[in-house]
Order: sequence, then C-alpha cells, then structure tokens
Amino acid sequence: MKSRIAANVRDIPRSGIRDFFEIVQSMKEVISLGIGEPDFVTPWHIREAAVYSLEKGRTGYTSNLGSPRLRRSIAKYVEKNFSVSYNPHDEILVTVGVSEGIDLALRALLNPGDEVLFHEPCYVSYSPSIALAGGKAIAVKTRSEDDFILRASDLEKAVTPKTRVLLLSFPTNPTGSVMPPDELRKIADFAVKHDLVVMSDEIYSELTYDDLPHHSIAALPGMKERTLFLHGFSKAFAMTGWRIGFACGPADIIEAMMKIHQYSIMCASSMAQEAAIEALERGQRSMERMREEYRLRRNFIVSSLNEAGIPCPLPKGAFYVFPDIRGTGLTSREFSLRLLEKKNVAVVPGTAFGPSGEGYVRCSYATALDQIKIAVTRIAEFVKEPSSS
Amino acid sequence: MDSLIRILRQNSAIPRDDLARLLGLTEADVVAKIAKLEADGMILGYHAVINSEKWDAEAVTAAIEVRVTPEREGGFDRIAARIAGFEEVESVYLMSGGYDLLVIVDGNNLREVASFVADKLSTIDAVQSCATRFRLKTYKENGLLHALEEAPERLSVTP
Repeated sequence: MKSRIAANVRDIPRSGIRDFFEIVQSMKEVISLGIGEPDFVTPWHIREAAVYSLEKGRTGYTSNLGSPRLRRSIAKYVEKNFSVSYNPHDEILVTVGVSEGIDLALRALLNPGDEVLFHEPCYVSYSPSIALAGGKAIAVKTRSEDDFILRASDLEKAVTPKTRVLLLSFPTNPTGSVMPPDELRKIADFAVKHDLVVMSDEIYSELTYDDLPHHSIAALPGMKERTLFLHGFSKAFAMTGWRIGFACGPADIIEAMMKIHQYSIMCASSMAQEAAIEALERGQRSMERMREEYRLRRNFIVSSLNEAGIPCPLPKGAFYVFPDIRGTGLTSREFSLRLLEKKNVAVVPGTAFGPSGEGYVRCSYATALDQIKIAVTRIAEFVKEPSSS
Repeated sequence: MDSLIRILRQNSAIPRDDLARLLGLTEADVVAKIAKLEADGMILGYHAVINSEKWDAEAVTAAIEVRVTPEREGGFDRIAARIAGFEEVESVYLMSGGYDLLVIVDGNNLREVASFVADKLSTIDAVQSCATRFRLKTYKENGLLHALEEAPERLSVTP
C-alpha cells in the first residue's frame, strides 16, 4: 500500500531517545539518569499563583502574543539578566515552550533548501524541526577536548551561500557546555559576516555554576537585530509540564512567527502564563535553591564517575554530564543497553544527540542524590566487570 | 563554607565522603572544616527532626508569650537566661511587637506545662504576664513537611 504519510514526515528518523525510552519502559525498578527535566516539582508559590488565577476565573484566550503583563515581565527579566531590551509591544511572543518557538522561527525564516547550521551533539529536535520547515540541517561537530564549545573556524568550513540561520544552544543539552565570551564574540562576527539570523536557545541559561555569568549572543553589539532569543520556564523554574516559553527578537520576525502561532496555537495556555508571571517576578529564590542543589549533585556525579575510571569533565552548565565511555570499548548504545540489562541503570546513548555523540553517554543529575549515588555505584561495578567489554 | 552549612542544615547525618564529593573537597578537608565550625560555636549540635505526633501522642508543645520588665543593666538577657535554664524550655526568643519573650515549652502532658507556667515562669519577678498557646497540629517543622508528599510520576527517559 502506498504510504499515506507525507514524505517529509516519513523521512524523519525516529528519535533515538524515544527508542531507548521504550526499552526502559519495559523494565522494572530502573534507576534513571536519563531524564531531561528537573526532579523538583514547580515551586509552590508558582503553583499557587496558577490556582489563584483559576479561582479568579482567568480562563479565556489571551492576546496572540501572550498576556501584556507577562510580556512586560519578560522584557524586565530579560533586560535585567541578559542585558538586552525588547519592546513588549512587538518584540516578544509567548510560546508553548521553546520547542514551539524553534518550530515557529524555522518556519518563519526558511525557504525550501535554505541551510541551517547548528552544533552537535545537541538537543534532539533541531535537525527534525529544520527538515520539517523545509530547510537543510547542517551539523557542525564540537569536541570533548574543546569542552564542546563551538568554533567559528568550524562554522566557516560549513557555511555556504545557502546558509540562512545559525542555531545555538548554550548551555548545551547533552554536554553542559558553556561558551566563553571571547569565542561567542567570534561566532557573532561570523554571523554578521555571512548575514545570518541567529536563533539562540537559552533554556538552560540560569543553570550555570560556580558564579559563571551567562552571556547571551543577543547582547553583543550589532547582534540584537539579527538574533532571536529563545527562552522558557521549564528548566530554571521546574515547569516542564506547563509548556511555556517565549521568543524575543526583531519585530518583523516576531510578527511572522505570530502569524503561524495565531493560526496553529492561538495563544499559550492562560493558566501557564499566569504561573510564568509569578516565576519571573518572585521565582529567584526558589530558582537559586534548585541551582545550588544541581551544582552539588554535579560535583558528586563528576567525582564519582572519575573515581570509577570513567573520564568525566566538570560541565559548567545545564544538568547533564557527558562522560567518555570509549575506554570500555563499547559503543554508546552497547554501553547503555548493557548497563540497563545488567545493572538496571538508564543513561542515554550520546548518539541520540547526533552521530558526534558516539563514545559518550548522557547522565542527568536532575535526579535525587540518593538515586545518583546508587546509579554511580552500579556504573562503577559495571565498568569493572569483564562482561562490560 | 556556606554550602557546607546549607547541606548540614538539611541533612547533618550525611556521610562525610558524600559531602566531600558534593563540595569537590577531600574527606579530610571536610572533617577539618566541620571540626572548626563546631569549635567556633557555629554548629551547636545535631538533631533528628521527629514527628512528635507519631512518637508520643500525649506530648504537648506550648508557645508562651511572655511580657517582661527589663532590668536597668542587662535588659532582657538575664531574665531570658533564667527562663532558658529550665529543662522544659525548648527555645527562647526575644521578639519585637506586643510581648517580649517567646518561650517554646515541651511537656509530657498538659498538666506538666501548666504547672511549669504557674509555678516557675509566672512567678519570676520581672515577668508581667504569660499567654500560653498550645500546639494543635504540626504541618511543617525545620523546613520539613510532616505529611510526606507523594512523588509525582516522571517519565523514565526524556530528551
């Protein structure tokens, strides 16, 4: 029978994460370091604000761009923490998570065959989202010995006259990599030189550690007019299930994104928007508490893995470590599957984040310390056993 | 040092090697730092947080608001110390507002607390008045909720 599914959807490979998730689901009592979301429940004051808004009956549509009050809060928050000012009137769009923001932006910016540069290993949805928007995804490899930062020199090798967009995500899922400011400056120069729009997914930006400040490329001179700043509430405020984020950028791009958004989504959930206002205006304290907890767990998991003989650098951001498992002689997938079978511990094969993730696995430390402790003990046992090699 | 104190405040029973890994220090460093905090009187002691309703349903806790005439020399300190000395007294705080000392008293039963207030506390010369309020139920104590929240379900692997 002829496939009923559109070719561009049919051709998209299944997510490596989804694949692995199904195997893990079939097993019992697995300790998972495979979860890419905070283990904290949304702080109570944020949940309470949403409950209050429901009690007040604030259940209607909001403006397509998002409630004016939320957009004003976003403008203030972004100016204070990222040093870029956006006009809440026409430069901010409230989205259903950063995921929607990425989809909207790609659809708004790409003509068929336009190329998008992005760094890899990276979040799983970039390449498929680019393809679904009719673009061509061009991965630029980042390296472990380079702390997985992006080099302008590597971008120069990949750029073509068809390149339209550069997609960045720092701190990076799955590597925890953070861009040093001088390297970020070079990336900005590259974008200007080739007249590219920069989409910057900064969902993990609050989660940098050891007092390392986060730098947004949008704040660099000459970059605001060509940068789409994408952010959300899921990671910093433990609000994954609320599906709420935002895009800030030049009015023409925001307007184009809003056009798609108004027909496909209408507006982000009004309840989530109310909660988001509370998060921005009063969430600092709870965010800092969670960040401190992540920082300590990061230290714990990094020292434990290194003690077990698995090289694992100390990442500067996000809540993942990306240890090097090449010493076991196993591929990422073999390592993850055998670890799961023998020790009931789930990690995600690095290849789920692109072919350049081969040789690594992603372990999330957005997991309670007692679970992390058991998991790393079992990983240490696993790599000592001859059966692992 | 801040992180060390924060962790110990949450869980003072945490093994020292775990502490070392969390803080990126050696175990010997951690032991030395804790010893110093203890010697400096920064850490005064370690407690378990007990759900007293489960442990002893008869036990009572009272918060007593005490109004005191301060002394010419020494203010409230000497009187507070005198009150704090009683074994029944769990905590004593000098408060701003409508009364002076907040005295938290633990007793095995109501009678015990009542006799402490009548015989010991209110008979101190400087004490003008006592308002005794008994605890009916505990919801949260030392940052811990008494009814354990059930952990919500999470997917086992997500991007």
